[in-house]
Amino acid sequence: MSLTPLETGLPPLEEASEVAELGSARAIEGRSPLWLALARLRTDRMAFLAAGAIILMALLAIFAPLISAATGHDPLNPNLLTGTNSFGQPLGPGQGGYILGTDNVGRDILVRIAYGARISLLVGVLSTVIASVAGTIIGVIAGYYGGWIDAVLARLMDTVLSFPYVLLAIVLASVYGPSLSLTIGVIAFFSWAAIGRIVRGQTLSLREKEYVEAARSLGAGNLRIMFVEILPNLVAPVIVLGTLLVPTAIVFEATLDYLGVGVGPPTPTWGNMLADAQGSGFQDWWFWIFPSLTLLITTLGFNLLGDSVRDALDPRTERIFAMRRKSGRGGADGADQEAEERLLGEAQPG
Amino acid sequence: MPDPRSAASSGVEAEPSPAPRPAAEPLLRVENVVKRFPISRGIIFKRQIGQVHAVEGVSLEVPRGETLGLVGETGCGKSTLARCITRLYPLTSGRVVLDGTDISTLSRRQLRRHRRQMQMIFQDPYGSLNPRRRVGSIIGDPLAIHHVADGAGRKRQVQELMEVVGLNPEHYNRFPSEFSGGQRQRIGVARALALRPSLIVCDEPVSALDVSVQAQIINLLEDLQGEFGLTYLFIAHDLAVVEHVSDRVAVMYLGKIVEMAAVRDLFSSPRHPYTVALLSASMIADPDRARSTHRVVLAGDVPSPINPPSGCLFHTRCPKAQPICSVEAPALTVQAGDLAGHVTACHFPVAPGEQMRGAEAEVRQAAADFAAAPLGEAVEGAG
Amino acid sequence: MYLSPLVSLLTVENLTVSFPTSDGVVRAVRGLSFEVEAGHTLGIVGETGSGKSVTALSLLGLNPGADISGSATFGGRDVLTMNQDQFRRVRGAEIAMIFQDPLSSLHPFYRVGWQICEAIQTHSRVSRAEAKRRAIDLLRMVNIPQPERRVQAFPHELSGGMRQRAMIAMALALRPKLLIADEPTTALDATVQAQLMELLTGMQRELGMAMIIITHDLGLVASSADRVLVMYAGRAVEGADSRTIFYSPHHPYSRGLLASIPGATGAGGRLVPIVGNPPSLIRIPSGCAFHPRCPFAMDACVREQPELVPVSEGAGHVSACWLPAHAVGLSPAVDQVRTRYATSRRGQAVLGLPGVAAALKGDAVHA
Repeated sequence: MSLTPLETGLPPLEEASEVAELGSARAIEGRSPLWLALARLRTDRMAFLAAGAIILMALLAIFAPLISAATGHDPLNPNLLTGTNSFGQPLGPGQGGYILGTDNVGRDILVRIAYGARISLLVGVLSTVIASVAGTIIGVIAGYYGGWIDAVLARLMDTVLSFPYVLLAIVLASVYGPSLSLTIGVIAFFSWAAIGRIVRGQTLSLREKEYVEAARSLGAGNLRIMFVEILPNLVAPVIVLGTLLVPTAIVFEATLDYLGVGVGPPTPTWGNMLADAQGSGFQDWWFWIFPSLTLLITTLGFNLLGDSVRDALDPRTERIFAMRRKSGRGGADGADQEAEERLLGEAQPG
Repeated sequence: MPDPRSAASSGVEAEPSPAPRPAAEPLLRVENVVKRFPISRGIIFKRQIGQVHAVEGVSLEVPRGETLGLVGETGCGKSTLARCITRLYPLTSGRVVLDGTDISTLSRRQLRRHRRQMQMIFQDPYGSLNPRRRVGSIIGDPLAIHHVADGAGRKRQVQELMEVVGLNPEHYNRFPSEFSGGQRQRIGVARALALRPSLIVCDEPVSALDVSVQAQIINLLEDLQGEFGLTYLFIAHDLAVVEHVSDRVAVMYLGKIVEMAAVRDLFSSPRHPYTVALLSASMIADPDRARSTHRVVLAGDVPSPINPPSGCLFHTRCPKAQPICSVEAPALTVQAGDLAGHVTACHFPVAPGEQMRGAEAEVRQAAADFAAAPLGEAVEGAG
Repeated sequence: MYLSPLVSLLTVENLTVSFPTSDGVVRAVRGLSFEVEAGHTLGIVGETGSGKSVTALSLLGLNPGADISGSATFGGRDVLTMNQDQFRRVRGAEIAMIFQDPLSSLHPFYRVGWQICEAIQTHSRVSRAEAKRRAIDLLRMVNIPQPERRVQAFPHELSGGMRQRAMIAMALALRPKLLIADEPTTALDATVQAQLMELLTGMQRELGMAMIIITHDLGLVASSADRVLVMYAGRAVEGADSRTIFYSPHHPYSRGLLASIPGATGAGGRLVPIVGNPPSLIRIPSGCAFHPRCPFAMDACVREQPELVPVSEGAGHVSACWLPAHAVGLSPAVDQVRTRYATSRRGQAVLGLPGVAAALKGDAVHA
């Protein structure tokens, strides 16, 4: 933002009117709330860091075969010749060309982590997408229609949320055998309700908005109101929730693997690697420290990004809160909020 | 920015004259509309524990091209009545006849056709526009819903509408948050105008706007009325605004109309004690007039619409109440000495020139009593 | 200063308040000076973002995060430099405030009566029973029905209007010397509003209390203020006694308001709106902040900020505008004087400003 005329002193007249001209030309193509959020996100250093960590993991996942080819280390088969030392013991980080060392059967930990990233990100993202879509649809229907439909769906969501999900996952895995699709299915099944409940709450308040009433007075049907009026307002919260759900799903997947009911061995996943590392102590610290670290960095990355996205999408929660703290006042009503909006320069005259 | 006001003012008289029209069918006729909201408890097994008497038998007519002002205080049912007329709420009983058709019993499908004739402008320019949608598509909504125009045709029509209401058509792709309150209300007006309706129900269209901006919207509404022959039902609590825009005014109290008359008639010789109190309480931006008016202070609060009083609804606060008022509800009729069309529902209407007194003396006495009482010794350090 | 040398209860000089935000510095109040005399009512009129509410909060030390400079002398002490402890003693007992939103001063978890008693007992040495008796009297005074029962009520059990009145009762409990009312009646219906204004003016008469009424409602000011200060974008643009402001305003903004409000002194058959919108307080226009909307803008208005200077003959009538001092009033004739004066002092650039452009089309001044 350039300096205001007041800050720069007194500008010549021509310049002032030119600024006004530019202002109106620039904003003719409307800047959508999402565009504005992105612009805000770009100034957030923490978001950059978090996105960097996630991109690093994604690159690791994408180039896993390349890493494997470059090092000549297979992720599944023990590297019999070079993977262990002369006593048949695993190599530490840096030894024998193994950057992160090998596990106790001589497999390259770096390569396995890279392949594990594929599973983790795939499970994390895919199950979140499924859960978000399902949760949004069910949440909107429950919130919009209300009445007995809502009563039934809301109780269903409560039920899902109070399920002992690890137990169920173990039961399912023992019945159908552990697999990737089952893992995604189980995680999605236990995640949609969290989104559904929040979407339902949002819908309950959105449906009372005057613009919904306006649409109804124009003769718009229920479907149109749900899709055209309500859904666009849910995009932001669902994106935030989704971003925060991905790390939960990744941890969930790792937990299932660790318990042996996820994607079964020998597929390299972070959870499987941690399960394999069980029993190894401080001596073979690289068995468990690297998978743990990648897991931590990934989940932390998604969580921080989620927080930043939330702040970017809804800057008022953060900024007005800051302002509240400053002015030391309690609640406020509509007129106050409007005043604050104006103060914050959100409502720019065109 | 193209300005519609200059275009309109050439052909239109600034202030619509309340000239009597031939006794044709009014555009809108509301007959004995009742709206009660049940109060229920329980989620799945609901049982009704009472009801809110929001609108209790309202009848009124709005002739073509005129503006009926509807005034009253919070909870008097004026907004509910507006939503009953536009069928946002189903009626409990009564009829709403729009252009000769009873729309109160039509199904949603049948109603669609009639909706085109009747649009609404909402109070809150921030709440009535979806913040996630572009202005062009908001204004184009009625055209899309009623399949009037598509694609380029719709865009052209929307841009014409934007020009008519004084918005820059180039801002078609902007979002509501990029507009000020006044401009947003213009967007709401453009949306209401899109289907060329004959009736527009304006629910407090200027009360959420900055004072310096209100006049912009009032003038716009007046210009559009002249240009498109619109009929308005104008709901507001600001009496000065209502006086300015209306041909006739109806005053509501607790779900009923207590007085209705031509605007000048009502403001110069109000008959119902509530109207008198309301008018005396309104704050006029004119010190001499404001200080010379005797302010009638009403005792107590508006009773709950869940449990409305018997007889005349106003009797609990009325300075002129007599025993009969709590027993018998007065009918809305022309009182002796009044012009035709000036109806008042009161057993003891205020006579012209009569100085009605409310609870002013009590309030003043209470203040004096309080000031005279000893305050007590100050805590150390304070004061 | 321009003000009369009467007994001044509160003297505010060069008050400046700004808030740093992530979008830039919000310059909410920019050098505001005024005086309130004991027993008198000052009306501060302004729209959203004019800085009027921020002014009130600053006087009560309720803007802790803001950068505040200037001085506000009340009873020989500068309230702006007081610490929280000193403030607490002044607040309530000597200066009380009522807000537009009663919930901001009523605690939701405590009974209304208890809160009023607390306020009374914090500042004066009375027994609990006496405090309670007085709380009931106060509630009765503000016209709350069944006050003996309502003292036991929680704020959420009262209607909006009753809550507002309970808050006013609490503010009046200690008979403050100065009552600051920020949009005291905006959320209320006309009849309740009348009731409360009657009460406040009654109290003022009885106690000699001074009031600052902060509002956007010119009607409220017309009926209750002795002196009026018109604020725009954080500055006072005009100040005078109530009749002068309403019948012979000098500043184009005051004039514009009066011509655009139905029933106001300047409004004729057709309303004359002020073009455009109030500015953002982060990007305040150069010179006179009103110049983009002003129908009489001149070159000087864009370049240089006018100071409050005496205008017309009225006592204490001051205005911050480059138009000649004698151009006061609302009549078309005065508008012609203003227009003639401004026309000869305009360069090409000023003609493009929205206010001037509208005036040239005949939209913003009386025809």
